[in-house]
Amino acid sequence: MKFMVFAAVFAGGIGSRMGNSDTPKQYLELGTKPIIIHTIEKFFVNEMIDEILVLCPKAWVAHTRDLVAKHLPEGKKVTVIQGGSSRNGTLENAIAYIEENSVTDEETIIVTHDAVRPFLTHRIIRENVEAAKEYGACDTVIPATDTIVASEDGKMISSIPDRSKMYQGQTPQSFRLKELKRVLESLTEDEKAILTDACKIFSIKNKDVYMVNGEVFNIKITYPYDLKVAQTLLKGKDTDA
Amino acid sequence: MLNAVYRLVAPGMIEVACTEPDIKNNVLMRPVYLSVCKADQRYYLGNRSREALKAKLPMALIHECVAQVVFDPTGHFKKGEYVIPVPNMPTEDDDIIAENYRRSSRFCSSGYDGFLRDYIDMPYDRLVRVPEGLNLKIASFAELISISVHAATRFERFSHKRKNAIGIWGDGNVGYITALILKALYPETKLYVFGTVQEKLSYFSFADAAYDVNNIPEDLMIDHAFECVGGEASRFAIAQIIDHINPEGSIALLGVSESFIGINTRMVLEKGLNLFGSSRSGVADFQKTVDILAANPEIPEYLENIIGSVVEVKTIADIHDAFAQDISRHFGKTVMKWDK
Repeated sequence: MKFMVFAAVFAGGIGSRMGNSDTPKQYLELGTKPIIIHTIEKFFVNEMIDEILVLCPKAWVAHTRDLVAKHLPEGKKVTVIQGGSSRNGTLENAIAYIEENSVTDEETIIVTHDAVRPFLTHRIIRENVEAAKEYGACDTVIPATDTIVASEDGKMISSIPDRSKMYQGQTPQSFRLKELKRVLESLTEDEKAILTDACKIFSIKNKDVYMVNGEVFNIKITYPYDLKVAQTLLKGKDTDA
Repeated sequence: MLNAVYRLVAPGMIEVACTEPDIKNNVLMRPVYLSVCKADQRYYLGNRSREALKAKLPMALIHECVAQVVFDPTGHFKKGEYVIPVPNMPTEDDDIIAENYRRSSRFCSSGYDGFLRDYIDMPYDRLVRVPEGLNLKIASFAELISISVHAATRFERFSHKRKNAIGIWGDGNVGYITALILKALYPETKLYVFGTVQEKLSYFSFADAAYDVNNIPEDLMIDHAFECVGGEASRFAIAQIIDHINPEGSIALLGVSESFIGINTRMVLEKGLNLFGSSRSGVADFQKTVDILAANPEIPEYLENIIGSVVEVKTIADIHDAFAQDISRHFGKTVMKWDK
């Protein structure tokens, strides 16, 4: 039997940084659809993904289900559930839901992705699944273009790492589900509160995390500026058939 | 869904843009192999008029492609099936005028986005299935083959039935493919090829004879001809054809030129010649093309020889590399393996 691949789309942010809009940023319209729908559709059409799980704030679950029903055609299971109060909590909810509702084993893969990164590509998803299968965990990154400056106290530079060794993390981040669960369970509550990045957790636990090449345009729509960039990418004549 | 489209914004400059494909009505596909056409190369190099570049850019290049179906809401295709998307997009029906000649038709990579995209979405009736076992790299330039098939179909319609000898002017890709198709359709006909480069002429081993245009026997006569030269040189090719063609012969013009080409109309009149143009192709020509390729397995074998290189594309820089390799090639096709 083929190994199962689940996509977990994280729509947990409440979007407090998004200018005047009170709507969480993943629900803002980009082109003709909400950003979250664009993101879900990328997993929907990808043949490597068996099922899609969307995790969002409790108050937005019904709305998200409506959007999914309105915009997505038949053909793949898309389930909307409540996320956790933190990123790790959302990850735990996703794992718990998948284990309760599907047959899972050591080969099962979870591809986790930010709902506010609608520009991911077919290749990025495929390479995530392949890397998670081969290495157990992977992160999507692009080489850093800005020099990274580290500061311990927020006032003085403590170090400037070699930029050629620096990368910017994007998503997806993908894992073997069982291994991810074991790693998360090994954390103390204090560690869980501090370690909010699953790939960082893997790394701290001395586990290999493979780097998949992202794309510069695989941006995270966080600030009004990002939305403007996203809208610009969509601008120009519509020349699709 | 937001689809990454890699558009030529100015000669030699490709940038990513995004579109929203219609996944409720159209078949969604991933490009598998794409093939560079000379028309793409003219845009890439900026060898089009300033007006044409201004009107048509930015747009994604490439109109020769084989793709794999990833999602079909219409139920006509299965996931994973290989298809050839037809770049011509008619916008109205016409009982008389073929879809590729209607002024209202659109064409991918000529004013509208070509196939350099993360996904291609198209109506199901603009897709042709790839026959089982056909080399996908060859299927990637089925569009080019369909142009020869379309020209041959028009030739059958316009030409008289005496077809003892046909001449093909042009020793490039179009000449080679047209010659292969004509050999399959008219096996009894003598096929003569006329070109300028001995090395290229030597590839036409299946033809009855291949001649240097500077050394054509004076008494060599043909019943019909195909001009596959294009550019300024097509003037000389057409002049030679008129000299060597028998009265009432048909001349198919396939070569594109950016300038006006003079024609010896006196002899066209005296010989009662029939000159007809042939450009692009429609979905019926694509279907006929894959049928011919399936029925004549020797044609794909010959066509394998003209695959000049296969460039794996993971980045925009790889696309530039493919165009650079293509421009330095005097014969053959540059194929891109799409992994972007």
